[in-house]
Amino acid sequence: MKLLELKDVTKRYGSLYALDKVSLSIDKGEWIAIMGPSGSGKSTMMNIISCMDRPTEGQVIFNGRDITKDSRKKLTEFHRDKIGLVFQQFHLINYLNAVENVMVAQYYHSMPDEKEALEALERVGLKDRAKHLPSQLSGGEQQRVCIARALINSPELILADEPTGNLDEANENIVLDLFRQLHKEGTSLIVVTHDPEVGEVAERVVRLEHGKIISDKKNNQFSE
Amino acid sequence: MFFRMITGAFRRQWKKMLMIALTVALGASIATAMLNVMLDVGDKINEELKAYGSNITVVPNSQAVMSDLYAVEETETKDEFLKEETLGEFLTIFWANNITDFAPVLDTSVNVNGNDIQLIGTWFDHHFEFKKKGTVYQRDTGIINLRSWWDITDGKWMDEAKLSGDQYAMTGRKTADMLGVSAGDRITVKSSKGTEELEIVGIFESGDDEEDCIFTTLSVAQRLSGAEGKYKKAEVSAITSPDDELAVKAAKNPDLLSGDEYDLWYCTAYVSSICFQIQEAIPEASARAVRQIADSEGKILEKTELLMALITLMSLIGATLGISNLVTSSVMERSAELALMKAVGAKNGQITFLVLTEIVLTSILGAAAGYFMGYAFAQVIGQSVFSSAIEMSGMAAFLVMVLIIAVTLVGSIPAVRMILRLRPSEVLHGGH
Ligand SMILES: Nc1ncnc2c1ncn2[C@@H]1O[C@H](COP(=O)(O)OP(=O)(O)O)[C@@H](O)[C@H]1O
Ligand SMILES: [Mg+2]
Repeated sequence: MKLLELKDVTKRYGSLYALDKVSLSIDKGEWIAIMGPSGSGKSTMMNIISCMDRPTEGQVIFNGRDITKDSRKKLTEFHRDKIGLVFQQFHLINYLNAVENVMVAQYYHSMPDEKEALEALERVGLKDRAKHLPSQLSGGEQQRVCIARALINSPELILADEPTGNLDEANENIVLDLFRQLHKEGTSLIVVTHDPEVGEVAERVVRLEHGKIISDKKNNQFSE
Repeated sequence: MFFRMITGAFRRQWKKMLMIALTVALGASIATAMLNVMLDVGDKINEELKAYGSNITVVPNSQAVMSDLYAVEETETKDEFLKEETLGEFLTIFWANNITDFAPVLDTSVNVNGNDIQLIGTWFDHHFEFKKKGTVYQRDTGIINLRSWWDITDGKWMDEAKLSGDQYAMTGRKTADMLGVSAGDRITVKSSKGTEELEIVGIFESGDDEEDCIFTTLSVAQRLSGAEGKYKKAEVSAITSPDDELAVKAAKNPDLLSGDEYDLWYCTAYVSSICFQIQEAIPEASARAVRQIADSEGKILEKTELLMALITLMSLIGATLGISNLVTSSVMERSAELALMKAVGAKNGQITFLVLTEIVLTSILGAAAGYFMGYAFAQVIGQSVFSSAIEMSGMAAFLVMVLIIAVTLVGSIPAVRMILRLRPSEVLHGGH
């Protein structure tokens, strides 16, 4: 079943085509890696999928509904309910501890619930770090807090932009294991990366260059 | 959660918040000081104008000429006196019924325990009888009605009828503090003409120079200045008709009026016609309206109030600009954090509310600090400019609070616009 469809999506910044008539269809539960060199339009695509930005032309269809023309308020709500975001620079609020950072997402979604937030931290193996401030956590730990935050409202889709870009090998593996687990549980995943190792473990790899899709392949080595 | 986010932000940006609080405190202190001075001094002077039943002063003729010549309010190089009997004439003139109160004043320098103090002899609550051409006039009068704004903080008003003898006094708060005396104490008052032992009946606060004086009975002052049966000045309170063209014309020179005009003027209770009649009854005296002085005081006061209002306005504009700068830079500093909140689903309104709550709370703290600074400031102004303590009004506190919150909100407008424009996509994915 289709989760998301981009139809001829173009994003222009002045005369620059960050995305140029991109069409892409993603099924529910799929794990997709979007790869490409710097400046190829990966982040732009993420922003459009996550409704944080609008395409210049084309349509974005989510669960069979065209959301391109929705009001900003509606998009914010939609984004809040359906999508969890993971960033390269983590973007944790530095005066809130780990569990509070997770609770912020609950707060703006519905109601903060510390027990639930602690369970999310447990899933990413950080229950004992719940009261630590971001500055007291390693990069890998911060990224796991970020993933717990993305998970907390049970999104249909997790979007991760270079999630391992600032991590060492060991932490990268922990994060990839988490993705594997989420995939098993049926969460759809879109992971932007230019790291081949991160691309390899995904189910499907989409390559971008100069705002265009140059390849879109199933990964034969992919194993459940 | 909301609370945690607020306190967290305070802890993180305490320097900026402190700057905001300081800016607000400064604005609030000036506004507090100015508003309180405006309200209190304005009230006080208006009250005095109203209470100053004493709208006419009567002085010896030659002294009036002197004062007019040199345009000085009182010139006391040479002592001139009026006879005590002349006081009775106030009860005989055509407008006697319009004269509600009057009191003689006789002042002299005295020494109490080595301190030089001005002593004023007068009537407090005095029963006065006067016989003329077989008619007996009488009146209970004195400064009790001419100083209605006096605040008796210790003891009570002197009631001359209930006291035996005349060796009593009322002193101003400042004098009492300086001499270390309270109601019921006795003081020894010396002058070149003699010594009197006076019992202090009451201590008053007046908010003016009279607090530096000792008030005693007329007879004591007469003995101490060697001016038995005399006084220097009378304060008269008369109900008058408001001045119109005729009164203005007459005030310049009654001789220039036509016969009809003269009759109309003479039979109207203008302050000038009452003065004129007093002078007719007491040829050696000169009666003058003191309202003019008060009126010009009122004008200066109005101008001063305008100036203070302008200063208040300027300080609030300054505070607004300062706040606007600080809040904008605070939001700029936190743009990633605020964008993140948007990215996890916070609506513009929620973020704006969060930031404004922080700023308004900071402002309120600043305003509270500013209020106390302003209090001190108001007292300094009150003492140095108006030589009276400034009473803080709840109205001013409320006004300052409202003004400061308005200033804060207006100052936050640019920052709020920034929040609304903040695009999580640009902030969060930037830099790679
Ligand atoms: N807000 C923007 N304004 C102007 N140009 C932009 C903006 N965002 C991205 N771009 C441009 O669009 C192109 C694609 O950017 P991006 O999607 O961030 O690439 P990637 O994430 O693949 O490195 C780049 O050339 C970038 O400079
Ligand atoms: Mg990018």
